[in-house]
Amino acid sequence: MDLIDPVAARQALLANPGLPADSQGPVFCEPWEAQAFAMTLALHAKGLFAWGEWAAMLGETIKAAQAAGDPDTGDTYYRHWLATLERMVAEKALTTQSDLTAHRDAWERAAARTPHGQPIELRSTDFAA
Amino acid sequence: MTAHDHHSHSHDHDHDHDHGEASDLSETELRVRALQTILIEKGYADPAALDAIVETYETKIGPHIGARIVAKAWTDPDFRQSLLTDASKAAAPFGYKGDVGDNLVAVENTPDRHNVVVCTLCSCYPWDVLGLPPVWYKSFAYRSRVVREPRAVLGEFGLTLPDQTEIRVWDSTAEVRYMVLPARPAGTDGWTEDQLAALVTRDSMIGTGVANSPAGQGA
Repeated sequence: MDLIDPVAARQALLANPGLPADSQGPVFCEPWEAQAFAMTLALHAKGLFAWGEWAAMLGETIKAAQAAGDPDTGDTYYRHWLATLERMVAEKALTTQSDLTAHRDAWERAAARTPHGQPIELRSTDFAA
Repeated sequence: MTAHDHHSHSHDHDHDHDHGEASDLSETELRVRALQTILIEKGYADPAALDAIVETYETKIGPHIGARIVAKAWTDPDFRQSLLTDASKAAAPFGYKGDVGDNLVAVENTPDRHNVVVCTLCSCYPWDVLGLPPVWYKSFAYRSRVVREPRAVLGEFGLTLPDQTEIRVWDSTAEVRYMVLPARPAGTDGWTEDQLAALVTRDSMIGTGVANSPAGQGA
């Protein structure tokens, strides 16, 4: 389906001036940050939200975090990004908070039963009753 | 420290990393995986498309401190020695987080020996030092073949080594993660650390390549 579109990445960057970037585009401290960015691009490509809407929600998330004492030194940017993504998918009724939690817990169980060095894969049995 | 010589390394199962230790995912990683699973299950995202986006940025992930570490080792013999003795300790000051370079071992390329690192399945791979591994590097085909026939695999990467150069394959474990200290390119006498760092590629620190030569940089 969607190929990686440099134009889409540039739009994301323009809409999110706080996004860590160098002259060529976004940069990431950790792999999960790139994964969170990739999911956001994919949902935007699906038309789930416009960048203006995303930026507004991200701004709210950051403001709320700062009000709660987050120093926002820059390395927290993608934590806010991820929290925004979770809120966006719930608000757009793609999923619910409890579904997110159930999947999170299932991944934790999958990791716990997977010996170090082997790929961690989710099984239906990881979803506890 | 033990090395697996590729002649004697038996790989009859995929990866023998079971040291009685389970895999570990951070709270953030758990949340990211949960989201990914849901989006894929519901058809909002294609796993291949997500991979493709991450792949686009693969060289933009991580602090990439490896090149600076290598450049310092090339110019400072004392640092080179401490890197080869205790890479975790030597690498620590380069990170902006305390956990950079944990359990890291540096293996040095010499005219007699070329080192290649395999296994990038999880925290085995020191992405905090080297940046993200290329996607091909995680493939089972690569991991199993580089152990069996390293010379052929390196040849496919365009790296042809003299027959007398021994190739050593280092298989990361939960306890030990490896980086290769590549050989300093000829024609770089008097170069500064910054200039040298620009020659150090990720692949040269995995062992599937060598450091760029000054000519290749147009310098």
